[in-house]
Amino acid sequence: MVARMKFIFGGVVIIAALTWLGFVGFEESKAYYITVDEYSSMQDSLQGKTVKVAGDVVSGSIDRSKPQMEFIISSGNSSVKVRYIGNDIIPDTFTEGSKALVEGSIAPDGVFQARHIEAKCASKYEAEYSDRTSQ
Amino acid sequence: MANFGNFCLLLALCLSLYALIASLTGISQRHSRMNKSAENAAYAATGCITLAFVTLVYVLVTDNFAISHVASTSNRDLPVFYKIAAVWGAHDGSMLLWVFITAIFCGIAIFQNRNRYRGMMPYVLAILMTDLSLFLFLNIFFSNPFNRLVEVFPDGTIQQFLPADGQGLNPILHHWAMVIHPPVQYLGLIGFVVPFAFAMAALLSRQLGDTWIRTIRRWTILTWIFLGAGLLLGGKWAYVVLGWGGYWGWDPVENSSLMPWLVSTAFLHSIIVQERKGMLKVWNIILVVLSYLLSIFSTFLTRSGIISSVHAFADSNLGKFFLIYMIGALFASLYLVIDRRTYLKSERRLDSILSRESAFMFNNLVLVVACFAIFWGTMFPVLSEWVRGTKITVGPPFFNNINIPIGLLLLVLTGVGPLFAWRKTSVKSLRRSIFWPVLISCITCIGLLAGGMRHFYAVACLTLCCFVLVTIIEEFLKGSLIRVRNKGENFLAAVVNLTRKNKRRYGGYIVHFSIVLMFIGFAGNAFNRETTRQLETGQEFGIGDYSLKMTGYQEGQTPNYEYGKVVLDVFKNGREVRTLMPETRIFKTGSRQTTTTVALYSTPKEDLYVIFAGMSNDGSTFEIKAYVNPLVYWVWVGAAMMVLGTAITLLPNKQSAVGRT
Repeated sequence: MVARMKFIFGGVVIIAALTWLGFVGFEESKAYYITVDEYSSMQDSLQGKTVKVAGDVVSGSIDRSKPQMEFIISSGNSSVKVRYIGNDIIPDTFTEGSKALVEGSIAPDGVFQARHIEAKCASKYEAEYSDRTSQ
Repeated sequence: MANFGNFCLLLALCLSLYALIASLTGISQRHSRMNKSAENAAYAATGCITLAFVTLVYVLVTDNFAISHVASTSNRDLPVFYKIAAVWGAHDGSMLLWVFITAIFCGIAIFQNRNRYRGMMPYVLAILMTDLSLFLFLNIFFSNPFNRLVEVFPDGTIQQFLPADGQGLNPILHHWAMVIHPPVQYLGLIGFVVPFAFAMAALLSRQLGDTWIRTIRRWTILTWIFLGAGLLLGGKWAYVVLGWGGYWGWDPVENSSLMPWLVSTAFLHSIIVQERKGMLKVWNIILVVLSYLLSIFSTFLTRSGIISSVHAFADSNLGKFFLIYMIGALFASLYLVIDRRTYLKSERRLDSILSRESAFMFNNLVLVVACFAIFWGTMFPVLSEWVRGTKITVGPPFFNNINIPIGLLLLVLTGVGPLFAWRKTSVKSLRRSIFWPVLISCITCIGLLAGGMRHFYAVACLTLCCFVLVTIIEEFLKGSLIRVRNKGENFLAAVVNLTRKNKRRYGGYIVHFSIVLMFIGFAGNAFNRETTRQLETGQEFGIGDYSLKMTGYQEGQTPNYEYGKVVLDVFKNGREVRTLMPETRIFKTGSRQTTTTVALYSTPKEDLYVIFAGMSNDGSTFEIKAYVNPLVYWVWVGAAMMVLGTAITLLPNKQSAVGRT
């Protein structure tokens, strides 16, 4: 019985320590996931917060002439101008018309500064023919 | 051909449903001919599914673009190798691969055990057929790879549509690791259905003796190694294809396959406690159920579109079926465990905290906590949306903060576990066996600190790796030296014979050794360096011990893509060691996607990893990104070693084979 109590005690200590570490990591890395529409309507409350915004990369909007690439993502009627300030290479799947998920925060000049970009064209890849498919 | 494929799948669904009903009837009426008939129907279903799978391979290889799956994942100029891989190049085909592997596993499991556990097999069959029917049903009616392309005209008429060429395989899948990663991963995920079926059958038939445990232990080891290899192949692919410099990013889809691997790792350890001491019986069944549910959860996550991920397939409407099935299976198995709990009583209590049992229990605890934390982090966006209406995602710092300490704790347990005796370890014997490992790892630690290494986790990890390594060497030495003394064998022969005589134990140590090698590789992450440069021909730059000089730029094309290569001469400490040619490719099919191909100079000490990230508009400067990633090499060596060690544990033991007949 004593051994069992010791095991339970050890387990509780380990779990408590890990919970605390997890909480610290959570606070450090949490990001609010919002749509382009929500982003446009609640800009003020997002100052200083890390957010993730997903939308379609607008055709013709990718500007690689500046030292930091800029582009616009949109969904529905709203759009967001994004500047990429991250270190990682831009994913191969990031092209005009692809879906992009950008993570970052609002810069003082109102442009969204993205530290990470995820892009997905796989869905588009499959969707192109699927409109015509049936049994 | 498409009709034939569909026919095979439908026939297989009928057969598997028949096998399910027949085995249930056989159970309730105690009718052994009914059970035999169910068994035969299951083999026939396996045969039909194999035919359907071969049909899909055939239409891909013969460029039958009238079929939607072929048109969207293949093209005429694609090498045959990739045409076959195009089976799993999109959602519906990969679903057929899943069904195919499930069917093969069901067939093997039923055939292997048909005469061994008579009373249990009808239950096993019923559960396997439930799983197979579900996936077949979804495959046929919601993600059918044999669907044909049709064109709808404005006046409402519908006609078949045959494109001249297909859209081609997604360029990022053009890699050897991507050709084998999905099948290996699937073997690893799907295999858990067999232990689950046996566990449930044992509960249902109340035959909870220890014999069936042996069967599922071997199945779980096999599944476990496939899943581990699948995870590592996926990591390898991400490393050399995605070009962000790493091999693991805590992406939801990666996490979802890691979870069943962690739980099954826990099971493979705790099952030893049940075999030896008759303890943890309920816990072991729970681990088997969890491994299975998490493997279904993994495919649910990938296919439902509930979590956005780079790997996820397009949203499909399969999600609700998986969800209902998982919840149903969870409650059914929980009910069974509670109802049959009297059969699952522990035969012994934990005697001492310093015992092998206790080490195994701590190992289980942290593995399951790791799994839970990963589940929490992965599902947090969904959970927070339910509870508070805002979707909040968590990133790598959360996962690293929890999992790095867990990894270190597991290393400690890997080291001390084998030194503990069953039941109780005397402090005196522990002190004796732990002396050398502690001494040598302390010296290593001092050496690392003196060498200027200051990263806490890296120092701790390398020190513990050294500790485990010495304990493993000590185990091999102890056993071998006894053989040398008693049987007069030479040392090398003694090591080989020792391993052959007890494959489970020493194969297990080799797996532990492989884990140590991987952890050495993980520790290297603390010292990654990177730099980005704009280069003109003739210019050079340095990173770490290397300097890279750009000597030229080449363009060209293959039938599938156009490429541009930057030629870089690599010098290490002034001596030319290698020419690296990072490349970008523009694929001619589909939406003309661009991919980057990493150039790698890998040595045991470090990887030099170079990417050609783009060219200025006038074509005069080239953007090169270079990483120096220490010790990554050892992750892959560890992976190979892990497969080897597991293979040794799975080799049949001569004595037990004789004993059985």
